[in-house]
Amino acid sequence: MNSVFCLAGIVIKELYRRKDFYVLFVLTAIITLLLGSVNFFHEDKIVRYVKDICLLLIWLSSLVIAVVTTARQIPTERESRTIFPLLAKPVTRGQLVGGKFLGCWLACGIALLVFYLFFAVVVGAKEGRLPLSQYFQVIWMQWWMLAIVIAMVLLGSVLFSAPSANATICFAAILAILILGGHLHRLAAVQPSPLGQALSVLYFLIPHLEWFYAVRERLIFDSALLGWGDCLLAAAYAAAYVGLLLVATWTVFRRKILTV
Amino acid sequence: MSTEATNAASGAAESPAREAVIRIEDLAVEYPPRAFGEGPTVAVGKLSLEVTQGEVFGFLGPNGAGKTSTLQVLLGFQPPTRGAAFIYGLEVRHPIARQRIGYLPELTYYYKFLSAEELLRFYGRLFRIPRGELEARIDSVLKLVDLDPVRKRLIKTYSKGMQQRIGLAQALINSPDLLILDEPTSGLDPLGRMKVREIIQRLKSEGKTVFFSSHELGEVETVCDRIAIISQGELKMVGRVADLVRQYQTHLERIFLKVVGYEPQASA
Repeated sequence: MNSVFCLAGIVIKELYRRKDFYVLFVLTAIITLLLGSVNFFHEDKIVRYVKDICLLLIWLSSLVIAVVTTARQIPTERESRTIFPLLAKPVTRGQLVGGKFLGCWLACGIALLVFYLFFAVVVGAKEGRLPLSQYFQVIWMQWWMLAIVIAMVLLGSVLFSAPSANATICFAAILAILILGGHLHRLAAVQPSPLGQALSVLYFLIPHLEWFYAVRERLIFDSALLGWGDCLLAAAYAAAYVGLLLVATWTVFRRKILTV
Repeated sequence: MSTEATNAASGAAESPAREAVIRIEDLAVEYPPRAFGEGPTVAVGKLSLEVTQGEVFGFLGPNGAGKTSTLQVLLGFQPPTRGAAFIYGLEVRHPIARQRIGYLPELTYYYKFLSAEELLRFYGRLFRIPRGELEARIDSVLKLVDLDPVRKRLIKTYSKGMQQRIGLAQALINSPDLLILDEPTSGLDPLGRMKVREIIQRLKSEGKTVFFSSHELGEVETVCDRIAIISQGELKMVGRVADLVRQYQTHLERIFLKVVGYEPQASA
């Protein structure tokens, strides 16, 4: 595990020494502050809309950070040839995959905390309260959803050599799951066979990211908390997908011939 | 192996008591065919080689001879098609075989967002070097490669020569018993080259083994105890530099050209 943690540390260092995170944070912060300072149509419940838009921005920003950071990890190591001195140390390819995953996941976790801290300060100033349990659940669910996204992108990074191609394909897949994932089974029910069956299979195969996304509505509408058991179950569901995707990544990557 | 190789292969046999640091047995490396109907590309035919403790060994060959493929197998970057390679008796596919190795690749760009000391700390931790010892080693190798004054600067601000020197520093961070260098002087100015030569001599005097591939034959002649020349995936010659120079009555470059089959055009 030592090598995995060392590699993860490097990924985290990369995140805070590059500009990507700061650009997204500043953009989100400016939009949040602007929205927070304007009183639209003298609407008392304007805070709800501000929360909705800001949470959407945080979700998008964290997705961009997760996809872009992860997509470049292994291809950049190969392109800049840093992978050779790295693998010439007592490091296995499995540890490299594990370290990259952990690093990206933790880095996204840190970015999420910064985003939500800012969000909580702005919304808290408007609402005059800070529902910590709700925040914890939203961050927890989003972080686990990002784990699936990162594992998906990591698999893509060993299948596609260009990070941009991988990022585009992964963004399309993630958006498709978020928008259509929850409707596939209904769509399957009205389709003739074999298309209906294929859609049903797809429904049960894909990781349902939209389930994690839906939790944000509880924060917007001040709904009741999720059960803590459900939170753990969601984490286990995500962990299962992460495990499968990481094994697939390792299987592909260990067969790759790295040309010096 | 050719007759020349057999004749000159006395080097390793002269020191049977020494530990074989690198042992390559009937190594073959083939790449899948590029097009349908073609056969596989043979990078290395049937290479057998032994490098013993404490020697500086030059691994030579023209471009495309199979040097890189052999190095890739030695470092565990790719499995051999046939045969096997061992480092300190351990098969190279096991990561633990790389615990005592230092490797300097040719022209590598290190993590630009790290400083020299952060990079060395990262690599040192991969070897599980205790913290206090690691800091002492970082100081020592940075001084050795003359990067101590710029140790806190980000690597992206380094010149090409400095990048090569940080590469050498990372290869030495675990105080390796075996140093594998791929074109170690590539991109270095004469001072840098001299520094690399000094480091190699120093490692040799400490009883370490150095295995390096290079096209700088003058350099090879100066620092190597033994050399192997491969061409078209086959070992053409292996032997002591001094013995070869005496046998052929010429310098290493001429010997190299003759062995790889290059016939110079008659000039006016």
